[in-house]
Amino acid sequence: MKGVFETMNSNGNKQDTWSLGGHTFTSRFILGSGKYSVNLIKAAVEFAEAQIITLAVRRANTQGEDNILDYIPEGVTLLPNTSGARNAEEAVRIARLARAMGCGEFVKIEIIKDSKYLLPDNYETIKATEILAKEGFIVMPYMYPDLNVARSLVDAGAACVMPLGAPIGSNKGLATKAFIQILVDEISLPIIVDAGIGRPSQACEAMEMGVTAIMANTAIATAGNIPQMAGAFRNAIAAGRGAYLSGLGRVLEGGASPSSPLTGFLKDEGEN
Amino acid sequence: MEKERINHMEYLPGMEVLNSTVMDEVISAMEQYDDSNYTAQDVQNALAADTRSPQHFAALLSPAALPFLEQMAQKAQWETRRHFGNSVYLFTPLYIANYCENYCIYCGFNSHNKIRRARLTAEEMKREMQAIAKTGLQEILILTGESRSMSNVEYIGEACKIARRYFKNVGLEVYPMNTEEYAYLRKCGADFVTVFQETYNADKYETLHLEGHKRIFPYRINAQERALLGGMRGVGFAALLGLADFRKDAFATGMHAYLLQRKYPHAEISFSCPRLRPIINNDKINPKDVHEAQLLQIITAYRLFMPFANITISTRERAEFRNNVIGMAATKISAGVSTGVGSHEEEIVDKGDAQFEIADSRSVQEVYQAVKERGLQPVMNDYVYV
Repeated sequence: MKGVFETMNSNGNKQDTWSLGGHTFTSRFILGSGKYSVNLIKAAVEFAEAQIITLAVRRANTQGEDNILDYIPEGVTLLPNTSGARNAEEAVRIARLARAMGCGEFVKIEIIKDSKYLLPDNYETIKATEILAKEGFIVMPYMYPDLNVARSLVDAGAACVMPLGAPIGSNKGLATKAFIQILVDEISLPIIVDAGIGRPSQACEAMEMGVTAIMANTAIATAGNIPQMAGAFRNAIAAGRGAYLSGLGRVLEGGASPSSPLTGFLKDEGEN
Repeated sequence: MEKERINHMEYLPGMEVLNSTVMDEVISAMEQYDDSNYTAQDVQNALAADTRSPQHFAALLSPAALPFLEQMAQKAQWETRRHFGNSVYLFTPLYIANYCENYCIYCGFNSHNKIRRARLTAEEMKREMQAIAKTGLQEILILTGESRSMSNVEYIGEACKIARRYFKNVGLEVYPMNTEEYAYLRKCGADFVTVFQETYNADKYETLHLEGHKRIFPYRINAQERALLGGMRGVGFAALLGLADFRKDAFATGMHAYLLQRKYPHAEISFSCPRLRPIINNDKINPKDVHEAQLLQIITAYRLFMPFANITISTRERAEFRNNVIGMAATKISAGVSTGVGSHEEEIVDKGDAQFEIADSRSVQEVYQAVKERGLQPVMNDYVYV
């Protein structure tokens, strides 16, 4: 069970936790902070019960009226991202800038050089991961789900792997489901589905597959009632996690089980 | 006797000729576009599509789409929210000079129009930019009239260097130039280049742009591609609606952006949607048949065709129109606008006359508040310069 450790809480009960770079979390819902009116961020975090929130360094204004940093509740781990970077070099510089701004050691690498689909550049992402991991960052790379790339990211020192479910902002859900499942099965780091999750049911489905956590932004930011949707995602993620831990029952692909088995004709001839 | 004019399709000495098929593809697509070919069913198909092709775009721009304007607006709003969330970007233009060597018959800056000409010194630019930066803005659009002699590339470069000290995003709206000149301005700190093609109809273009470098149609149309080859992050496109057949011009504008984005996938694309406005010494200029409904049809069609593109809504439009279009389809809005030279800083007020009349003169603070009152988030910057 990747990235999952069972610890005792203060009541002596087992707690379902996971960890990243030596930090332990109970929430499996990572919230994006882009696309909101900043005054709604706090409510979204609270209803989501999120412990990690992403922050675009390019948005972290140090001036102007609405500094997004002022709206993020205390105690929540900041996850600066490198959005806007088009290659490894730019991503590395943005990560260093985030650290210099006091945003901590976490960094989510986003390297995108396609303005239409916003698909990540896996090759540049591996390069940036290697550099930043060596510099002591807790590196969380956003990637297109490819097993070979995921293995390279592990070797480069990534703290987790963040495959996309579908293009950013598309709300299309788990378009890459089969490939994410391969990562879940083969990679021994937390797998966090990032991008494309548009509905709580899709988040639930991903959690049932055994992914460690879900990152979502657009689905919540564009909802009619943002805090309510944040809460709905929280519940869906918990439900999916519960289903995964309890072991899903079998699903029959070809309809019901026949009462007259196809192999019923076989005669027991006994052992020689 | 009619003055003999230079051939508008022939490059002048010193103008870089790109080995590119984009112009021919745009013109060919525009010439084949017959907006009467589209039916209500075509429009409904375009609205229902998940991703939209040039044919969908053509249908959305056609007269058949006008009865579906409300649906287009609804869908556009959904796409805008999906890609940009609540964000609306604020910026302001700064005219650093209004000298011009072109003779565009509809423009207040044209070289035959008797207006006060001026250009800011480096010191004046600095003071203007300081005054703008104090309003909280972090994006500036630097404009000049189109005079290579009075506003040469080095002068514009100087403006970019000063702007980089005060702003995180620097856009340019200046005369078209060669790739290496764009590369130089990129080094000086420019991020974006916008060039208004005015009209994509070369025959009409010829009758409107009578003198100067601007008369050379192909050099202008290839400006965005040269800017991208020069390393610019993004490029902006616009037709001045009302000069020619506005539906064909809007279609060509979209196709121009579409083809360049396919060729340069990293390019950040933006559209402006200007209509003709009255100018000094000619208050009869008007956008003819491009009423607000048609303008909104074009803006929403751009949004539905290229959901990821920025769309700027001009101060040529009244405040209420602008307020309603942001968040629905437009993502960028100018604030604290003056189209005269300088005039953001008290002592430089009114140095040179304005290019056109604006309809929305609200301050940065007023626009900021108006954006917030619509439940949207004003954003001053979305870029980190590294």
